Amino acid sequence: MTARTSSSAPDPSTPSPARRLLAGLAKTIRTPMGATATVFLGVVLLAAIVAPMLWSGTAAKVDATALDQGPSGEHWLGTDNLGRDLLLRVLVAARLSVLLSLSATAIGISLGLLLGAAPWLLGPRLGRLAAAFVNIAVAFPMLLMTLFFAVIFGVGVQGSVCAIGISMAPWFARLTQTLIAGVQKRDFVAAARIARVSRFGVLRRHILPNIAEPLIVNVALAAAAALLAFAGLSFLGLGVQAPEYDWGLLLNEGLSGIYVNPAGALGPGIAIVVAGLGFNLFGEALAKVLGSRHKVRTFRPRGASRTVSGSGGHPRQHATDGSAGDAIAPAGEVPVLEVDRLRVSLDTPNGTVSPVREISFSMKRGEALGVVGESGSGKSLTALAVAQLLESPLHVEAATLRLLGKDLMAADPRSRATRRFLATSLGLVFQNPTTSFNPTMRIGPQLAEVARLHQDMSRRQAGARAVDRLRAVRIPGAERRAKQYPHEFSGGMRQRAMVGMAMMGNPSLIIADEPTTALDVTIQRQVLNLLEQIRVENQVAVLLISHDISVIGQFCSRVLVMYAGRVVEELPSADLRTSARHPYTRALLSAVPDMTADRSQPLATVPGRPVDPADRPAGCAFAPRCTFATAQCHTAEPPLQEVGSGGTVACWNPQEGAVTAVQGQVQQAGRGQA
Amino acid sequence: MEARRAALGLNDPIWSQYVHYLKNLLAGDFGESITRPGLSVSQIIGQRLPATIELAGLAFVIAMLVSIPLGVLMAALTRGGRRQRTELAFTSSSIVFAAIPEFILAVGLVCLFGQGVGLLGIFPVAGRSGPLSLVLPVISLAVAPTVVLARVVRVEVLTVMEADYIRTARSKRLRAWRLYLRHALPNAVTATLTLSGLLLGGLIAGTVLVESVMAWPGLGSSMVSSILTKDYPLVQGIVLVYGVVVLVINLVVDVVLAVLDPRSAIQES
Ligand code: SF4
Repeated sequence: MTARTSSSAPDPSTPSPARRLLAGLAKTIRTPMGATATVFLGVVLLAAIVAPMLWSGTAAKVDATALDQGPSGEHWLGTDNLGRDLLLRVLVAARLSVLLSLSATAIGISLGLLLGAAPWLLGPRLGRLAAAFVNIAVAFPMLLMTLFFAVIFGVGVQGSVCAIGISMAPWFARLTQTLIAGVQKRDFVAAARIARVSRFGVLRRHILPNIAEPLIVNVALAAAAALLAFAGLSFLGLGVQAPEYDWGLLLNEGLSGIYVNPAGALGPGIAIVVAGLGFNLFGEALAKVLGSRHKVRTFRPRGASRTVSGSGGHPRQHATDGSAGDAIAPAGEVPVLEVDRLRVSLDTPNGTVSPVREISFSMKRGEALGVVGESGSGKSLTALAVAQLLESPLHVEAATLRLLGKDLMAADPRSRATRRFLATSLGLVFQNPTTSFNPTMRIGPQLAEVARLHQDMSRRQAGARAVDRLRAVRIPGAERRAKQYPHEFSGGMRQRAMVGMAMMGNPSLIIADEPTTALDVTIQRQVLNLLEQIRVENQVAVLLISHDISVIGQFCSRVLVMYAGRVVEELPSADLRTSARHPYTRALLSAVPDMTADRSQPLATVPGRPVDPADRPAGCAFAPRCTFATAQCHTAEPPLQEVGSGGTVACWNPQEGAVTAVQGQVQQAGRGQA
Repeated sequence: MEARRAALGLNDPIWSQYVHYLKNLLAGDFGESITRPGLSVSQIIGQRLPATIELAGLAFVIAMLVSIPLGVLMAALTRGGRRQRTELAFTSSSIVFAAIPEFILAVGLVCLFGQGVGLLGIFPVAGRSGPLSLVLPVISLAVAPTVVLARVVRVEVLTVMEADYIRTARSKRLRAWRLYLRHALPNAVTATLTLSGLLLGGLIAGTVLVESVMAWPGLGSSMVSSILTKDYPLVQGIVLVYGVVVLVINLVVDVVLAVLDPRSAIQES
C-alpha cells in the first residue's frame, strides 16, 4: 500500500475538522469513484449485517443428498463437500471477514498512532529511537510481517488479528510521524507550547485534529489491506479455523474442489475483491476530494488569475501598418524576424482570454531589440510564442510570423524540416540556468544534441562542436567541463553554457528571456557582454526580454514596452530618457535612478499592481495606476500611433520632456526590500 | 520421543536454546527440520529458494518492462488534460487491477485455465515443470505491481515534463520519444526505483500465497506447510531468509539510486 500524504493538514482557522470531514464525505459519495465505492461497501455491509441473521442456520446445514454440486437454480454457487449452500456461506461469511479486518485495522491504527506520536511525546532522544525502529519495520512488506507474527502468535483468529494489526502499525506510525512533522512547526502548535500546554494536550487538542483528514483517508486504504491480508491468512489455513468460516477459508475450500465446482472458488474470490475494492476506492475518492480542496488545479499563465471573466468586447486596435519594424529594416534585406498582430489565447470555461495581443515588430540582422515590462505583462509569453514553444491549452495566432522569411504559422511544427530549421536558426537562453539544464545529462551531450540530430554530425563531431562552443563562451577547461554534470558548474558558468547551447546551430536569432535575472551583478555583466559580443561578431539578432529597463536600455538599440499583453510604446533606447511618452514607460524609468547606477540595489517598483489579463479594464489597461488618466482613458483603449521622434505610443495623453529619477522613492523602495 | 527432544535440546531452558540457535546461525546452520528428519533447514531452503527467486525475479522484470513504457506512453498521451477518457480508463482500470490481490488472481487463472472452455491445458495450473508452468504464477504476481508502477511513472513523468529543462529540450526541437525517454524518464527514475524496491518486497511476500495456490515448490509453500505442521526450525530459517532478502533489496535500491544520481557522483578534479 502507498500512504497518501498529499492532502496537507488544514488550517486551524477553517471550520471544525469534523464538519469539514463530513462535507468531504458527502462530496466523495457524489463523485463517480466515490459512488461506486459506496455501492460496493453498501452491499458488503448489508450482507455482513443481514446475512448471518437470516441464513446462518441454513448455511451450516449439512445435506447428504447434495454433496459437491455445481451451480443450479437451487444453489446458485453450488454446494460444498457437505452439501452446504455456497452462496449463503459467502454471504454469511461477510460479517466475520469484515469484523476481523476492522478489528485488525483498529489495532494497527492505535499502535501506529502511539508509535508515530512517540517522537513528539517522548522528546528528541527516545523519539529518534522510535523513528529509527519504524523506519526499519516499514521496509518489510506487510504480508511478510503478518506471516512472521502469525507464527509467533499461533494459528487462529486471535493470533491473526494481532498479527495483521501489528504488521500494519509501522506503516501507520510512519504516516503519523510525517504528518506530525508537518504541523508541529506551525504557529498554533508553537503558541500552545509556549502557553505550557502539556505535550499530550497539544497532541490531542491541536495536532490530531489537524492531521485527522489524511489519517482517515488512510484508514479506508488500511482496512482494504487488512481485509486482503486476512483473506490471505485464512486462505493459507493460518487464520479462521473451521467450523467458523470467512472468505479466505471458503476460498481455500473452493480451490481444493475447483475441478468439481469452480464457482465455489470464484464466489468467495469475488466477494474479497468487491470488499477490497470498496475500501480502496473509497479511500482514493476521499483522498481526491479532501486533497483537491487545498489546491485547485487550474491553468495559470504567469500573472493570469484563476477566475476569468469574458474578454470579448474590447476594441481591437491594430497597429498602423508599417509602424513597427518595416521602416527600420532596410529595403531588400529579409528581416530576421517579422511579427504582425501576434496573439496568444487560452480557452477557459468562461470564454477566451488573450494574455498577449496585437504584438507587431520586426528585427533585422544583428539587431538587439528589448522587450520590457513587469511580470505578467506577457513578454515571456511573447518570446515563447515567437519561438513556437507554447503548448496547449495556449494557442498562438498571428497575421505574420516569419523567421528568416519562413512562415512559421504555415509550417508543420512536427515536420523534420521545420524542426531542423527552428533548432538551427533560433537559439534560446532561459531565465534560470540552474533549472534549465537537464540534471541527469552531462553538459557536453546536452549541447551536442542539436548538432547530432539536426546538423547530421557524428557523436564525435558534435562533441567537438560542443567543446568549441563552450570555449567560445569562455568556459575554462572546456574539454573537461563538457564531461561534467550541470550541478558541477557555477551559476554564471551554467548561463554561459546556455548561451553556448543557443549558439550550437549558428542561429540568426537568439531569444534571451530574462537571462540575467537569476544571476548576481558581476555575472550579469559577463553574460550581457558575452551576448553583445556574439551579436556583433556573428551578426546574430538578439531579442532580450527583461523586467529591468536599465538592462534593456544598455543592451538594446530599440525597446518595446509591454503592458497587460500589448505593446504600449516602442522607441529607440537612446531616446528613453529624453522622449519616452507613455506614463508607464516613464514610471519604469523614474524607478531607475540612473542608467549607469549600481544595479545591485533592489529595483524600485511602479506603484500599484499589474493588471490581470483575464480581467482587463475597459479602456487603457494602465488607467487604474496612471496619474494622467482622463475620462476617455477609462472607456476607450488608445491605439498604438506613430509619434514624431521615430517611435510609437499607445496613450491618450502622451507626456513630454525628460524623465528624471525619483530619488526618494527609489531609496524608500530599496530600504523597504532590504 | 523424549530422546529426540533431548537431542534437539528442547529440554534446555529457553534462553540457552536461543543462544545455541544464534550460535549455529552465525555458523550458517539453521538446524534440522522436525517434520522431515534427516534434512537440514539449509538444505531445504537451498532446494526451494531457486524456485521462488525464479518466480519473483521474472515477475519483477516483467512488471518493470511493461510498466515503465506504459507509464511514459500514458503520460505522453494524456499530458495537458488531453484524452480525458483514456486517462479515466487507465486510472480506473489500474485502481481495479491493483486492488485484486495476487492469490485471488491466481485462483481466477486456475479456474480459467484449469476449467475454461478452450483454454484447458494451454498453461499448467500447478507445479513447476518447464517454462510454460511459469506463465500463470508470474502473471498473478506481476499484474498489481505493473499497474501501480505504471501509474506512478505516469505521474512522475508528467511532473518532470513541467520542468524548465524540458522547455530547454523542447527548444532543441527533439522528437517526442527522445524528449520523453532521454530527458524526462531519467529524471523520473528516482521515485520509480524507490517504489519498485517496495514493490519487489511486496512481490516476494506475494509469492508465499501464489506458491500455495499453484503448488509451486518454492520457499513460500514450504513455509506455510511448516507453520501448519509446527516445524519451527524450518519456519525460523525461512522467515530469516525472507527478512535478509528484503533488507538486501532495500540496500540495492539505495546503492542504485546513489549511482544513478549524478549529484552524488564523485567529482573529477
Ligand atoms: S491612455 Fe490615459 S490612462 Fe492610459 S497611459 Fe495614457 S494617460 Fe494614462
